[in-house]
Amino acid sequence: MADIFRALDDETRRLILDDLSARDGQTLFEICTMMAMRHGLSITRQAISQHLGILESAGLVVTEKRGRSKFHYFNPGPLAEINERWPHQKET
Amino acid sequence: MKISMTSVFVNDQRAAHAFYTDVLGFETRHDLPIGDDFWLTVTSPEAPEGPELLLEPAGHPAVKPYRDALMEDGIPLAQFSVEDIEAEYARLSGLGVVFTQPPTDIGEGIVAVFDDTCGNLIQLIEMKPEA
Repeated sequence: MADIFRALDDETRRLILDDLSARDGQTLFEICTMMAMRHGLSITRQAISQHLGILESAGLVVTEKRGRSKFHYFNPGPLAEINERWPHQKET
Repeated sequence: MKISMTSVFVNDQRAAHAFYTDVLGFETRHDLPIGDDFWLTVTSPEAPEGPELLLEPAGHPAVKPYRDALMEDGIPLAQFSVEDIEAEYARLSGLGVVFTQPPTDIGEGIVAVFDDTCGNLIQLIEMKPEA
């Protein structure tokens, strides 16, 4: 579970998850384009690749090879663990 | 100095010629046999005097690892501009062309990326009018 918090503790990685949840299944090229053009971040492809690696090892991003390209998908599954550990209780 | 020609590597020149003319709509400029290969170039009907695109044989051993790595990361090797990207996206998808990236607004323009079936990804761009 520590991996999830480490993965989320970075604004660039949170932006990557925002973009993937808006449109799932993106190549590294598309993610880099969005970071540069839409979010105005000057960040290298290598750095984005490392961010994706951290998200993937935390289970928040999964990849799939389709044709000869690799696509990245947002996997919200691990976030449910947070809610299970500290469930939201409605006041009655 | 002018840019008169640029090139993309293609797996099969005859198949590439068919895709770049029949599907994309470019016109043949040169198609001359050279040994087992061809000097094969196309131009856009919208710019017949514009740059030629050479469809170059991909036989050199460095080409495959180079293109495989770029293809895996979704990186296009050429960019073509279009007037109406949504219309081109619909037209090409209807012809069976596979897009790795549907039309996406990037601020200055709208881009999309497709597989040219010859081993390359190609980016289309529709520039927005300057505000």
